[in-house]
Amino acid sequence: MDRISPETIESEIRKLRGELPKRIVDDLRSSLLKVAKNVTLTRDKLDKIIKMVKKAYVDALVEPGEPVGTVAAQSIGEPGTQMTLRTFHYAGVAELNVTLGLPRLIEILDARRAPAAALMEIHLKGELSKDREKAREFARKIEMVTLEDVVSQTETDLINMEFVVTLDRDRIKRKGLVPSEIASKLSENLKSEVITHGYKLRIKPGTPTLPDLRRLAMKAKEVQLSGVKGINRVVIKAEGGKYVVYTEGSNLAEILKMPEVDSTRTTTNDIREIEKVLGIEAARNAIIKEAVNTLEEQGLDVDVRHVMLVADIMTASGEVQQIGRHGISGGKASVLARASFEVTTKHLLEACIRGERDRLKGIIENVIAGQPIPLGTGSVELEMARGERVGRG
Amino acid sequence: MTGGGKSAEGEGEFDVTKHQLVPKHEVLSKEEAKEVLRRYQVKVHQLPRIKASDPVVKAIGAKVGDILKITRDSPTAGKTVAYRYVVRG
Repeated sequence: MDRISPETIESEIRKLRGELPKRIVDDLRSSLLKVAKNVTLTRDKLDKIIKMVKKAYVDALVEPGEPVGTVAAQSIGEPGTQMTLRTFHYAGVAELNVTLGLPRLIEILDARRAPAAALMEIHLKGELSKDREKAREFARKIEMVTLEDVVSQTETDLINMEFVVTLDRDRIKRKGLVPSEIASKLSENLKSEVITHGYKLRIKPGTPTLPDLRRLAMKAKEVQLSGVKGINRVVIKAEGGKYVVYTEGSNLAEILKMPEVDSTRTTTNDIREIEKVLGIEAARNAIIKEAVNTLEEQGLDVDVRHVMLVADIMTASGEVQQIGRHGISGGKASVLARASFEVTTKHLLEACIRGERDRLKGIIENVIAGQPIPLGTGSVELEMARGERVGRG
Repeated sequence: MTGGGKSAEGEGEFDVTKHQLVPKHEVLSKEEAKEVLRRYQVKVHQLPRIKASDPVVKAIGAKVGDILKITRDSPTAGKTVAYRYVVRG
C-alpha cells in the first residue's frame, strides 16, 4: 500500500468542512498530519479514521426527544446549591465592589434591569494604555463629579432667599475644576442666577419662595459638574504592562464613543446595557461569559453547553427575557404549565376569564394529567390504519 | 441621556460590528434564505428573532423580513452558524 501525501490529507479534510464542526475538523487535521510523519498512513487507514470520527460525532449528538432543557436546569441548579449566598465581595487588589455567587447568577438569569454592582472594564487605545499618566488623566475625565462631591459647606439663607455653597479648595483642584466653571454649569442646569464670591457660590431660586428654595437646594447638590453620567468610582489596574480602567457604575454607550477608548474590547457587566448598545447577539455572549465566570469563580464546573442553551432561549425572541414568570416560563402556551411554576391562582383565574384551552401538548401538563409525557420514548406515537390486512388475508 | 450635549469630544461614533462580543452578521439573499428554511424544514417564525432596532441590524442595513446568518465563535465547536429572522421592533 502506498503512503499518503499531506496534500491528500488536506483535500480529504476539506471535504469534511461543513459536515463536522470546525473544532473537530481542525483537531483531526493536525493529528493526521502529525501521525503521517511517523507512521505509514495508507488510503485505507485514512478512510477508516475519517469514518470513525464521523461516527463518534454522530453518536455524541443529542438524540431527538432528549429533555435538554431539564438537564440544563438541573446541571446549573445543583451546583447552584453549593454557591455562596452572601451578596457582596470586594474582589482583587483594587477593591471593586462586585456581586458574586448565587446572587449574581440569579441576577443574570433574571435579566435584571440594572445589576446591583455595575462594573465596566475599559481598555484604552494603543499608546494610551501603556502610559500611566494618560490613563490617570482619562480616569479623572470620566469619573462623575456632582456638586455634593466638592462642597465643604452648604446653607440655606432665608433672609436673602439664596442657597449658598462653599467649595472645597482641595477637592475642586483635585478634580481639575475652577469656581467660575462650576458656577456656569450650575446656572445652566438649574436655570437660575449664580453669583460667585471666591469659593462661595450664591444660587438664587426662580422665585424667592420657600418651596422653590428648598427644591433648588435638593437639585443643586446633584448637578453633574464633570465626568460621564453613571460612572461613580474609577480604578486603574496594570495588567500585563497595560493599564486597564475599571469603574463602578456603567455607561457603555457614552464610554464607547470616547476617542481614547478601544471600542472593540471595552465591556460592562450590565447585560441589558450590552443588549441596547451592542445588540442581542452580544447580549447572548455576555450572558454566557458572565454565567460561566460566576460559576467558575465559585469553583464549580458546569458544561458550557447548558449555559449556552439558557442564553439561546433567553435571547430567542430578539430581546433578553428572563427565565421565570415574566419571561420564558410566563410565555408558555399551557395554562397548567404556567400555573405550576409561580402564582398558581392568578394564572388559573386569568385563564378562566379568557376561556383558555390547554391542549396538553407539553411535559408539565401531561404529568399533571397523569399521562405519558411527550419526551424520549414518550414522544413517539403508534398509529395503525384500521381495516388493512398484512400478509395472507 | 442627559449631559446637555456638551461633550464635544465624544463625537466619534464607534463601529458595533467590530466589538469582541458581536459575532459576524450577514444578510442572506432570497435564494440563500429559502435554502436555509428548506434545509432545516422550518418556517420563518420558527427561527430565533432579532429586532429591526438592534444596533447590529441597523449597522449592516438589514430590513424586516430578512434572515441573518450569524457566525458565532463557539467554545465547543470552534465556529457555529445560527440564523435570526429580522422582526419589527
